Amino acid sequence: MTDLRGRFRVMTMKCRSAMAVSTFCLVFLAAAAVAQKGGELRFCLRSEPKTFDPLKVEDDASVAIRYLTAGVLVRMNRQTQALELELAQSWKVSKDGRQITFKLRSGLSFSDGTPFSAEDVAYTVRQLMDPALHSPTGDAFRSAPGNVETKIISPTEISVTFPAPVAGLDRQFDQVAVLSAHSPKKEMAVLGPFMVADYKPGVTVVLKRNPNYWKTDAQGHHLPYLDSIRLDIQPNRDVELLRFKRGEIDLINALDSEYFDKLASTSPQLVHDAGPSLDSEQMWFNEVAKAPLPAFKKNWFRSAAFRRAISEAINRADLSRVVFRGHAQPAIGPVSPANRFWFNGKLKPELYSPEAALKALQAEGFRLENGTLKDLAGNDVVFSIITNSGNKYRERMATMIQEDLQKIGIHVNVVTLDFPSLIERMTQTFDYEAILLGLTNVGLDPSEQMNVWLSSSENHQWNPQEKTPETAWEAEIDKLMRAQASSADAQKRKAAFDRVQEIALEQAPFIYLVNKNALSAVAGSVQGASPVIVVPQTYWNVERLTVK
Amino acid sequence: MSFWRRMACAVLLLVVGVSLAANWLAPAGYAKQYREASDAPPSHQHWMGTDAIGRDRFARVLYGTRISLLLAPAAALLSTLLAALVGGLAGYSGGAWARGAMAVTDLFLSLPWLFLLITVRALMPLNVSPLASILVTFLMLGLLGWTSAARVLCTTAGSLRNSDFVQQARAAGIRGGRLFWVHVMPNLKPVLLAQFWISIPVFILSEANLGILGLGVVEPMPSWGSLLKELEGLVSVGEEPWKFVPLLLLIVVVTSFQLVLTKQEEVTA
Repeated sequence: MTDLRGRFRVMTMKCRSAMAVSTFCLVFLAAAAVAQKGGELRFCLRSEPKTFDPLKVEDDASVAIRYLTAGVLVRMNRQTQALELELAQSWKVSKDGRQITFKLRSGLSFSDGTPFSAEDVAYTVRQLMDPALHSPTGDAFRSAPGNVETKIISPTEISVTFPAPVAGLDRQFDQVAVLSAHSPKKEMAVLGPFMVADYKPGVTVVLKRNPNYWKTDAQGHHLPYLDSIRLDIQPNRDVELLRFKRGEIDLINALDSEYFDKLASTSPQLVHDAGPSLDSEQMWFNEVAKAPLPAFKKNWFRSAAFRRAISEAINRADLSRVVFRGHAQPAIGPVSPANRFWFNGKLKPELYSPEAALKALQAEGFRLENGTLKDLAGNDVVFSIITNSGNKYRERMATMIQEDLQKIGIHVNVVTLDFPSLIERMTQTFDYEAILLGLTNVGLDPSEQMNVWLSSSENHQWNPQEKTPETAWEAEIDKLMRAQASSADAQKRKAAFDRVQEIALEQAPFIYLVNKNALSAVAGSVQGASPVIVVPQTYWNVERLTVK
Repeated sequence: MSFWRRMACAVLLLVVGVSLAANWLAPAGYAKQYREASDAPPSHQHWMGTDAIGRDRFARVLYGTRISLLLAPAAALLSTLLAALVGGLAGYSGGAWARGAMAVTDLFLSLPWLFLLITVRALMPLNVSPLASILVTFLMLGLLGWTSAARVLCTTAGSLRNSDFVQQARAAGIRGGRLFWVHVMPNLKPVLLAQFWISIPVFILSEANLGILGLGVVEPMPSWGSLLKELEGLVSVGEEPWKFVPLLLLIVVVTSFQLVLTKQEEVTA
């Protein structure tokens, strides 16, 4: 009995000790959680934001501010690339892809206290689709002429009907910031985690926590954790890096590969390589019929065999390894493998083989004489590659391609031009032979590339604004792109866009070179950052970031 | 000749001599890409390391020096001749001619030359070989760089026009071209020489500026301008000091030219 009492006493004491330890831990954790809150995140915008109106946003700086301040109905999770609910509790797209119905969260209000309802969504859609506003975000929804109808079913339910199917309709709403229909503060009243508190042109934009933000974490703490964000306007990347090293800023997005390596050599824990991004570097030949080029050169450039041979003679692995110091991957096609759903996994990467390239050219009637490739008529194969001056990576790629093509007797002249001159040649005079540039992809959906692939488009770079498709394969691409854009069936759209990727590889109107990796730097003081490949790489989960 | 002037001459001769021997000192050439050894530090194989795409920096410095040092004097010669023609003749003729020529000169002086060069480069045909690009770059510099010298020469020639010996020559029946070439031009020589020497470092720096903007000599040809581009984005001086060799060379050569020039200025005075 004594033993039992003794044991009971010992057990009681143990229990008390355990309880004390548990209580201490809980108090400590709670204190830690409270301590997590607050702080200011600092990073640089590389240009002046052109607008704070989220519907007029076009430039990168304004896009960043929109991401941090805007309340959206649905948001693409930048890590999983899946669409998640935000202001909407649920959504449904009609089978014909023309209508979307949102059920909204209730009891929310804008940063100035104005209540949020379906009326605000209807107002936003009307503003977005107003032709007088010229909203770049709205352009993505303009699938056909006609009015967009909004129907408020209840204060928390609304349907939006478009005149024709809109490809990836639900995903397009990731970019649509909901405006208040009634707030006197207009677009400055926001539903997102932060609101613009101060703006000094050319110097800084300060964002403060939105006191009415609706989200909470698992423990019920109000998000965001941060008190404020200071965005310094700093176009010079060297200065940005120096300031990061000095601890004056906390993040760098889209870090340059040279800077990445320099930073990695001293502080490897601060840099992040998230793998291939959505961006690609590519070159293309001028295939415009009216271009002021000799006929024999037009014949080369309009020949798929010639373009394929050039593609085969370029050592992409070296471009990735040398120019981007290994922080890039040889590109396979128009879609980066980082775009998990839309990338056509069946495509085979182009193998580097100057011998095979030369053989293919010889089969087309070209011949190698004294180290110089000549065409059937005896013309030396010489062409120029233009790129924009000041971009050292593109200049280096062009110089390496120059040496690669020299191996099969092709002489390349590398020309660097200031950007306006390059664009004028590319879009107005068509006075160029080949161009090396990059394509920045922000969205994942192929519909965002419609302006590149449709033969009638202005941005169909190799041969813009064709009245009717000049080749059978361009006609097929037109058909496939329109088919995918007008379908609401994701699998059918995927099948159509897979075929577009195959044609792009077979015909090589663009010679895709590399997909650059998404590189970033995050200071040790920032907690919760997990950089991804999709913009904004480092602060996509800004609500949950804390600064020590 | 002072010690420093002698030193400056010796440095210039040495630099020119070494650059002319580039074919023997760097037989692999300036364009060969050692892709397995890109951005390498100095080693036995590559004395000054390699650039971002693996080209031997020592070879590129030698060939770049040759290009910059041989063509800058050529451009200086062209601009000085143009200045002599426009400024000298205008000053000698005086009156409306001088006013007209100086108005044209002022117009050229007021043009933003950098934008002008960018525009001219953009208008040039695209398929220009690297060698032609060098010639065109320095030709453009020569054709656009005569204006300041022309103003100086106009003033000098103007003062000579009414000098005693020119009056005497006129009284002796010498007229027109003969008077200009035989009696005026020899007296402009010291000013012309000074202008020539002054122009050389100016053109070297101008080419370097154009090269930094990616508008000078085209790849794979090196020039001091394109070599200096490597310093772009270099965050710390101490990290890769060998990358500063082209900059040091530029400073040494321009300083040497200035020291030699002091002598010419004394002659002019």
